Amino acid sequence: MTPNVPDIPMDSTTADLLLLVLGVMGIMLALTLLGEFLRSRQTAGEQSPILDTYITRVQSWWAIVILVGLALISGQVGVIILFLFASFSALREFLTLTTKAQADHMSLALGFFAVLPLQYVFVWMDWAELFTLFIPVYAFLLLPIVSALRGDTDRFLIRIAETQWGLMIAVYCLSHVPALITVEIAGYEGRTTLLIAFLVLVVQFGDLLEYFFGRRIGKTKVAPKLSPKTREGMICGVISAMLIGGLLSWITPFGVFGAMVIAGIISLVGMLGNIVFAAIKRDRGVKDWSHLIPGQGGFVDQLDSVIFAAPVFYHLTVLVWT
Amino acid sequence: MKTLRYFAARLTGHVLRLFVRFLTAVRADWRGIEPVPRQRVYFANHVSNGDMPMIWSVLPPALRRTVRPVAAADYWLANPVRAFVGPEVFNCVLIDRRPEVNDKPMDKIIEALDDGASLIIFPEGGRNMTEDPLIPFKAGLYNMGLARPEVDLVPTWIANLNSIMPKGEVIPLPLICTVTFGAPIHVEEGESKDDFLVRAANALAALRPDAHKSDWSATPKPKPEPAE
Repeated sequence: MTPNVPDIPMDSTTADLLLLVLGVMGIMLALTLLGEFLRSRQTAGEQSPILDTYITRVQSWWAIVILVGLALISGQVGVIILFLFASFSALREFLTLTTKAQADHMSLALGFFAVLPLQYVFVWMDWAELFTLFIPVYAFLLLPIVSALRGDTDRFLIRIAETQWGLMIAVYCLSHVPALITVEIAGYEGRTTLLIAFLVLVVQFGDLLEYFFGRRIGKTKVAPKLSPKTREGMICGVISAMLIGGLLSWITPFGVFGAMVIAGIISLVGMLGNIVFAAIKRDRGVKDWSHLIPGQGGFVDQLDSVIFAAPVFYHLTVLVWT
Repeated sequence: MKTLRYFAARLTGHVLRLFVRFLTAVRADWRGIEPVPRQRVYFANHVSNGDMPMIWSVLPPALRRTVRPVAAADYWLANPVRAFVGPEVFNCVLIDRRPEVNDKPMDKIIEALDDGASLIIFPEGGRNMTEDPLIPFKAGLYNMGLARPEVDLVPTWIANLNSIMPKGEVIPLPLICTVTFGAPIHVEEGESKDDFLVRAANALAALRPDAHKSDWSATPKPKPEPAE
């Protein structure tokens, strides 16, 4: 069952996706060759942790590019399965670090095994009224009831609040990425998968360039206690993201100007989201959310900016262009 | 038939390991030792029945093949499924806890060590149901260390299992579990049993991820005096 039967033949969308994936792979190839070149210039026995981390990260990016590329080309079901697993991994990382008691066992189990899959079923069925309200209303009200009925009041508000935050971040926000496929825009039928490519490319390359410029010319730290991000790096990153958005405007229904504005907004929101996650990590005394992605830490470390940018991008798109 | 059971055991082991890895993304932190095939006794905290499979799952294949968990016979022989999984999948050294049985657990343990096996033991003697990180250790660890001083005694802290599967719950939560292996300890010349057991408990408790946050002295509380 595919709720969105494309009006325009999928061929042009698939061709555009292939072009994007090949383009990104070209950039990845250049980054890989750069790493190998730097390594070849190392003298025997020389250790360079920065280069080692860089090469490990490039390898993880390859895996991510191939997985996301395959999912996008395969269509809605592939994208939903990919993000279902991403949500599961992110929720697992998040709830590992939250406050909980045995009284929350059933509500946490419901979060993992009922709320999470149901949210993705609603996205798949294109039931927008439900997937935008299910977690903020029904999970929000139901799970504290389940915990309260067990009678343990110790740190009760902290426990239920942190659980809800985990579900909002790892499931609700992240599920807005596959939900982009279900957006209906006149004249853009059958091409909505490209919105996901736009979101991911703009946010991730914006982050990458923010990091690059921050290392080069960064001076003023934005949140010195918890994040290495600098004002100069973020400004350059957002401008780069706007330029990338403008270059990618041909895959969107936004037009060049609209694509640049929306790219700037989602890139900025993503970077600020990264700072919020850095604050949570600092609070919990961890450096990374987990160890599952070599060189990057956990799924939440990799997805943090996309998690913040996705719902904003989804709502701006629905608000302005439908 | 024997070969068939052997393969069934190997297959069950793989399925169990994959299930544990998928659910808890369990990770080994080799903080004090390298994962190399040396003869060791891994002694761990015990809060849940999932503890032993968790350690077993994070060991690399070469180590897993030679490791034998020391476990209670009354639990693992309670039904045919457990009687297959315990002795054949995990290759447990089964200890009879019943007081009326004149079985010498330490003999079996020493025998397994002399065969070259590494062991997994839970020196608290049972699951820790208290709020304290550890309950006082039984003498077994000391006796092993005394009888075979060349064997490394490796403190092994299992984090998070208490939230994954608290006692009385049926559904395991998929939270991330970390198994931390600390630096090995040995019974020292002339060290008394009580001194050694406190030192072993401290070495184990020091591996807790939140050890630095808590003001808990990492010393097992003295045993309550038996009621008159």
